[in-house]
Amino acid sequence: MELQAAKMIGAGLACIALAGAGNGIGIVFGNYLSGALRNPAAASSQTTNLLLGFALCEATGLYGLVIALIILFT
Amino acid sequence: MAINPMEQFEIHRIGPPLHLFGYDVSFTNQSLFMCIVVALVTLFFALGVSRPKLVPSRLQSMAEVSYEFVANMIKSAAGNDGLVFFPFVFSIFFFILFSNFLGLIPGAFTVTSQIIVTFSLTVLVLGTVVVVGFAKHGIGFLMLFVPKAPWYIVWLLVIIEVISFLSRLVSLSVRLFANMLAGHTMLQVFASFVIALGAAGAILKPLAIAPMLMILFVGALEMLVAFLQAYVFAVLTCIYLNEALHLHGEHH
Repeated sequence: MELQAAKMIGAGLACIALAGAGNGIGIVFGNYLSGALRNPAAASSQTTNLLLGFALCEATGLYGLVIALIILFT
Repeated sequence: MAINPMEQFEIHRIGPPLHLFGYDVSFTNQSLFMCIVVALVTLFFALGVSRPKLVPSRLQSMAEVSYEFVANMIKSAAGNDGLVFFPFVFSIFFFILFSNFLGLIPGAFTVTSQIIVTFSLTVLVLGTVVVVGFAKHGIGFLMLFVPKAPWYIVWLLVIIEVISFLSRLVSLSVRLFANMLAGHTMLQVFASFVIALGAAGAILKPLAIAPMLMILFVGALEMLVAFLQAYVFAVLTCIYLNEALHLHGEHH
């Protein structure tokens, strides 16, 4: 039972990864918006980079989820 | 009323058990949905371009737009000589896109939520990158791992570059897998809230509308993620191919 409890705590701790992912997504969209408002003409050419940055950031949070699942189910 | 949100990812055997060289090669729901995805993609493009007209029909223009979309993606990320790999990137993009969207249909199995599928795709992509790199540059492909830097820092950078190249194998496969797994698990968890509240009694029953609305929003977000992950996988494939084609990124 003790190991089970430790696993639960570990899986919960792995969710801290979400803090970094949230920060990252905020930085990506915030910087895109501030850049786009300064130079709206160049904004549409950078949507590829925006989406790429968003997806890469979001994925780092999900690595935390994978680690949580590995902890819980092994 | 406990619902296991992981139950949707279980692989069941359909039809008789089959064994080949000691491996279990039975037809499963996974293989069934992979076949459906391939059939849907083939049907979509075969119907789309079967009777081409100068003024395209809706289906034809969808097929044409998706062709141009992928072609522009390769051109911007890997230059014009990257277009040799158009069929490769196109197939990977549409396989992932259709399996992501097919998985969003309630009750359907998500092919890309299995790590082995995404990992096989990643091995295919990075294998192609390595083979193309060695075929084009010979042993000079190894210069990919040697950036321009002073001699006293270069040995450290080589180690970092090699590790970062190898970690692509994990990052590319786990990104797609984890996104699909997380989204579908989240939908299932909210769905179990609806069932639990609905069974809880007359006072709590109206509250079930809140997680139901949440399912709607998460579903919309999942549509975005389904497209975005297929797109990111394809763009990263192009970027890696670009590195294999033009060692230190001197395309245009």
